[in-house]
Amino acid sequence: MITGFLALYIFMLAAFTGYEIISRVPVILHTPLMSGSNFVHGIVLVGAMVALGHAETPIEIAIGVAAVLLAAGNVAGGYVVTERMLEMFKASKPAASQSAEKMR
Amino acid sequence: MTLPTWMPTIVEAIYFIAAVLFIWGLKRMSSPRTARTGIVWAGAGMAAAIIVTFFLPGMHNLGWMIAAIVIGVVLSWIVGRRVPMTAMPQMVALFNGMGGGAAAAIGAVELIKFNAALKLVPDTSPIQPEAWADVAGRLGTTELVLAFVGVLIGAVSFTGSLIAFAKLQGWMDRRFVFPLQRWVNLAIFAAAVVCGALALAAGIEGHAFEWGLLIGFIVLSLVFGIAMTLPIGGADMPVVISMYNAFTGLAVAFEGFVLQNEAMIIAGMVVGAAGTLLTQLMAKAMNRSLGNVLFSNFGGGGGAAQQEIAGALKPIDASDAAVMMAYAERVAIVPGYGMAVAQAQHKIWEFARLLIDRGVKVKFAIHPVAGRMPGHMNVLLAEAGVPYDLIEDMDDINPEFPNTDVALVIGANDVVNPVARTDKNSPIYGMPILDVARAKNVIVIKRGRGKGFAGIENALFYADNTRMLYGDGQAAASGLVAGLKTLDG
Repeated sequence: MITGFLALYIFMLAAFTGYEIISRVPVILHTPLMSGSNFVHGIVLVGAMVALGHAETPIEIAIGVAAVLLAAGNVAGGYVVTERMLEMFKASKPAASQSAEKMR
Repeated sequence: MTLPTWMPTIVEAIYFIAAVLFIWGLKRMSSPRTARTGIVWAGAGMAAAIIVTFFLPGMHNLGWMIAAIVIGVVLSWIVGRRVPMTAMPQMVALFNGMGGGAAAAIGAVELIKFNAALKLVPDTSPIQPEAWADVAGRLGTTELVLAFVGVLIGAVSFTGSLIAFAKLQGWMDRRFVFPLQRWVNLAIFAAAVVCGALALAAGIEGHAFEWGLLIGFIVLSLVFGIAMTLPIGGADMPVVISMYNAFTGLAVAFEGFVLQNEAMIIAGMVVGAAGTLLTQLMAKAMNRSLGNVLFSNFGGGGGAAQQEIAGALKPIDASDAAVMMAYAERVAIVPGYGMAVAQAQHKIWEFARLLIDRGVKVKFAIHPVAGRMPGHMNVLLAEAGVPYDLIEDMDDINPEFPNTDVALVIGANDVVNPVARTDKNSPIYGMPILDVARAKNVIVIKRGRGKGFAGIENALFYADNTRMLYGDGQAAASGLVAGLKTLDG
């Protein structure tokens, strides 16, 4: 059971972690990183599953299904988009060194 | 199905590992060399966390659950795969909105369950302790407060992100402004808070609240998300999306606390903090404060009399432009979102390579918010194969413009508008710009006479040393390539 100050400590440490991760990032990675963090909060799917898993009345089940559907979209979409963006960085590396050599 | 008693411990352990992998993954994503493996690590953590959740004790509705997951994953996967790279920012907005909506829905389910249980308790004052204890065990005061706050933030992020998506996708008129809008928005927000606070106060005291209060709270929160985003101009959307990304993170963390789920708390909070910092960095790149972005109705036409721009637009054709650059010593190419939309980056890079082969020194000048988000243009150029060492940031290239023979502006507008330096009445006054106007010659590739995303006239286009090359970005770039080739042929 997480209560009171223990929760506050977790919130505080997690917040600093997030702040530290971003603070030394080159501008070119801002968009991929935003997309990556967008994927990470897809963990909301786990919560949506728990909410739906314990839903009893039809209205609870309906909202629960909506939550799972939306969260699943967040997870899958967030992953694909981030992966596609980061793929660019791999492709450009060898190309960069090649054309740099060509120019000399 | 009976599960072994040690199963919850396994689930907890996997959640812990997932949280570690998220932080590790984000850390790796913050460096270009390791970025690609970062998302894979985070993805592995996510997959593990989702799978073990099925094995939590007392889970029902598994059929619905699996169906919803499969549909959600497949649809998003296909959409995410198919969209062009230029559409990435609105995709981030869309998927972020879905996460926010999910967080709000979780809060709604928990609050409905809580209130339904309260309704069964005889409503006496004071509440009979023995009847109340069972219900109070579900949600304590802190959980209740965070559940409400999480619903508010998540709902705002949900509808706000969807509006941002619709705007960037071009489905919506870019601005929607009416008199006293700020006060109307404030009233909506206040009404939402009042509904929530009344329900919350009743819940804490142990009295069931009216369903109307909860419904009103949720609906007003959703409406506020729309109302808040409508007046914000398209140029500011990246900042807004980043802010909603942080919002969703916070909502996830709060609802994670309600569900006592540590992985949600940590992942949500990390994203909340990282997103907040990222939002500040983006706003700073545009020399605007967050409050300014949210409340100034940027690009709403300015209101105050802006300076008249004198001069005429002077057209040039593609072959003349190609010749001009072929005999130049230094050429700076300034790409904007328009180039990306026209998918002209490949043609432009072909043109740049031909110039380089002729011995021209070519640089690409990137404004911090070129494209739609910081780094978006770098991604798009990388996609076309432009090497890193030819790409210069604004601070590095600006001193070089006076020595540049030709600056080729393609699809950029507001970020090269000298009005940002000269006209105090302009809505973009003070925004850092690329100093293209100081180059010896400027060629602007543009589809027509339209204004930029911010809806402001661009003084650069009327300058004496500027020539306009009209046409679609792709066609104009092909024309330039053809022009160079005939020169050689």
